Amino acid sequence: MNLKELATIDAGLAPGHRLCPGCGAAIIANIVQRVARAKGYELVVANATGCLEVATTIYPYTSWRIPWIHNAFENAAATISGVESAYKVLKKKGRVKKDNIRFVVFGGDGGSYDIGLQSMSGAFERRHKFLYIVYDNEAYMNTGIQRSSATPLGAWTTTTPIGSAHRGKEVERKDLTMIAVAHRLPYVAQASIAFLPDLVRKIEKALDVDGPSFINILSTCPRGWYFDPADTLKVARMAVETNFWPLFEVVNGRFILNYEPKERKPITEWIKLQGRYKHLWEDTPQNREIIARIQRDIDERFNYIKRLASLHE
Amino acid sequence: MKQKRIGLTGAHAAALAMKQINPDVVAAYPITPQTPIMERFAEYVANGKVDTELIRVESEHSAMSACIGSSAAGARTMTATSANGLALMTEIVYIAPSYRLPIVMNLVNRALSGPINIHCDHSDAMLVRDSGWVMLFSENAQEVYDNNFIALRTAEDSRVLLPVMINQDGFITSHSLETLEVGEDKEMHEFVGEYNPRYSLLDTDNPHTLGPLDLYDYYFEHKRQQAEAMMHADRVIREYMKQYSELVNRPIDVVEPYRLDDAEFVYVAMNSTAGTLRVVVDMLRDKGVRAGLLKIRLYRPFPWRDVKSLLGDKHKIVVLDRALSPGATGGALYQDVRSSLYGLSTPIVAGYVYGLGGREFTEEQGLRIYEELRDLDDNEPFQRFMGVRE
Repeated sequence: MNLKELATIDAGLAPGHRLCPGCGAAIIANIVQRVARAKGYELVVANATGCLEVATTIYPYTSWRIPWIHNAFENAAATISGVESAYKVLKKKGRVKKDNIRFVVFGGDGGSYDIGLQSMSGAFERRHKFLYIVYDNEAYMNTGIQRSSATPLGAWTTTTPIGSAHRGKEVERKDLTMIAVAHRLPYVAQASIAFLPDLVRKIEKALDVDGPSFINILSTCPRGWYFDPADTLKVARMAVETNFWPLFEVVNGRFILNYEPKERKPITEWIKLQGRYKHLWEDTPQNREIIARIQRDIDERFNYIKRLASLHE
Repeated sequence: MKQKRIGLTGAHAAALAMKQINPDVVAAYPITPQTPIMERFAEYVANGKVDTELIRVESEHSAMSACIGSSAAGARTMTATSANGLALMTEIVYIAPSYRLPIVMNLVNRALSGPINIHCDHSDAMLVRDSGWVMLFSENAQEVYDNNFIALRTAEDSRVLLPVMINQDGFITSHSLETLEVGEDKEMHEFVGEYNPRYSLLDTDNPHTLGPLDLYDYYFEHKRQQAEAMMHADRVIREYMKQYSELVNRPIDVVEPYRLDDAEFVYVAMNSTAGTLRVVVDMLRDKGVRAGLLKIRLYRPFPWRDVKSLLGDKHKIVVLDRALSPGATGGALYQDVRSSLYGLSTPIVAGYVYGLGGREFTEEQGLRIYEELRDLDDNEPFQRFMGVRE
């Protein structure tokens, strides 16, 4: 799909929403809607509680120009299960005629990695035909930057503060994309807003498959990560260039690594862009140890995906 | 209408009613003692007797969540659960009426944990009594069956648009084989008719936003509208009870009096205990005591006018609650009955908690209540217990 054409498509959030400047979730919500429109699909969206939900709706206003439902925090996937099942039966009965309707969930990392994990897993196992999009900003940003299981090792959050006894998050993050893979979905991908053609292609593929699909998108958060909103794509790009956020897809169980930096940048390049890692900026033995552990974790994860991809080459 | 008399358990009576309603979507999770409803319904699905999409969810939380999704997508939607399952879905149980979704749920009453117990009491129903669901109670399999059709019509009526819950006693009703009269599939389905919702998420040409953030400037008005719908439900459910009653030629009302006209000592209860109390009333009458019974079939909206007009001139009233409200001025039903009669000078209203965790309620206990209260002359809201070892 041509990005220039995509930019001219009249779809996406109506103006007036209250997402922050530089918010990754706003970019994601708009791109998904545009790709769907360009492909002739009509979307029905279920949104988990979170930034995207509260900032795009306050009664009596809405930024959604498509059918949209918010139920609760942890149940967006179960909610879309009901919508999709209704579609199946009502179509069979002839009460709904259209066959170009597609179902999409938008959930943050809190609503997907943590509290909504079971609901998502259940919906995947039941093989409902829908696309689950995670906008992963690596903490509970809507409630004021509390740690989630997507918060990376070493990061400051309001519930992993920097103190004399403990400094930031002390454990590695959960790998939700691999959990999705374990459900043997027809399509799973990890993507970035800084690699737009790759992201667009993945959304297209995910909307086309017959069954559940999943895309985990790193969603930069200037407010919670402490960087200038103008740098949002720069930060997003650095996540990929450091292998912190590998771009890959799993098509019917087959791993494909979509991008490998010519020269992987050291993780300090990622850390120094964001105030949430400020306590790691000073060169001390303690910080060197933490940074080495972060680097080891990232390299291990990347190499694991690379090995899996090489199995299918 | 032609009917036949057959034998069914309460659970299978609910499943049969669901089959005849033939809902578009059922999302449910197995839990004792609700399980036979889901199992029987799954057989109907497996044998092509219904067109329903049955979503076998991974928890009750997801059951109610999926019900909200399907109902919002314009599908006629039903579910069933018990006790801890209801407790798990409670967050979403509150969301259904606030989105004005006419979901119908069979609740097979079971004690809430802890300690864990699988047998009957009404603690599950009372947990959600303020959630905004219309709540019907059923004495036996016949009432379970009938209540399902009345519930569905009431829920979907545009003057109401609220979810409705049909209660039946776990094991006592759900697993006991009883005879009941049932109609033919075609005629029963004709009674409920087709569902034509005004809004649907699948109407992509007329998109709407359901479940937006709703703060101090509108939330209160929306809750007020919900309260208004519940008031309408009081009138609307009576219309459908009357219609249904004429269809099946059986008297059906929001409350059911028994030997009440000249009664001085009146029991008030819900669900299967009403059957036991009818025998107790007869036994007391044989001894010359003017006893009577008022069975409550519609619990929310509470039919306080009926209670007031039927009980206002009685001498002594005893309300039996099968759920504990620790620290409150008596059980939930007791408080409702007592409030309905407040300001009237005559009745003494006493309350008992009985039958928790499936403890059997016997005629002997019913008679003992009369003995204990015969000489009572104060009207303090004192919580008494029956059938427990002190």
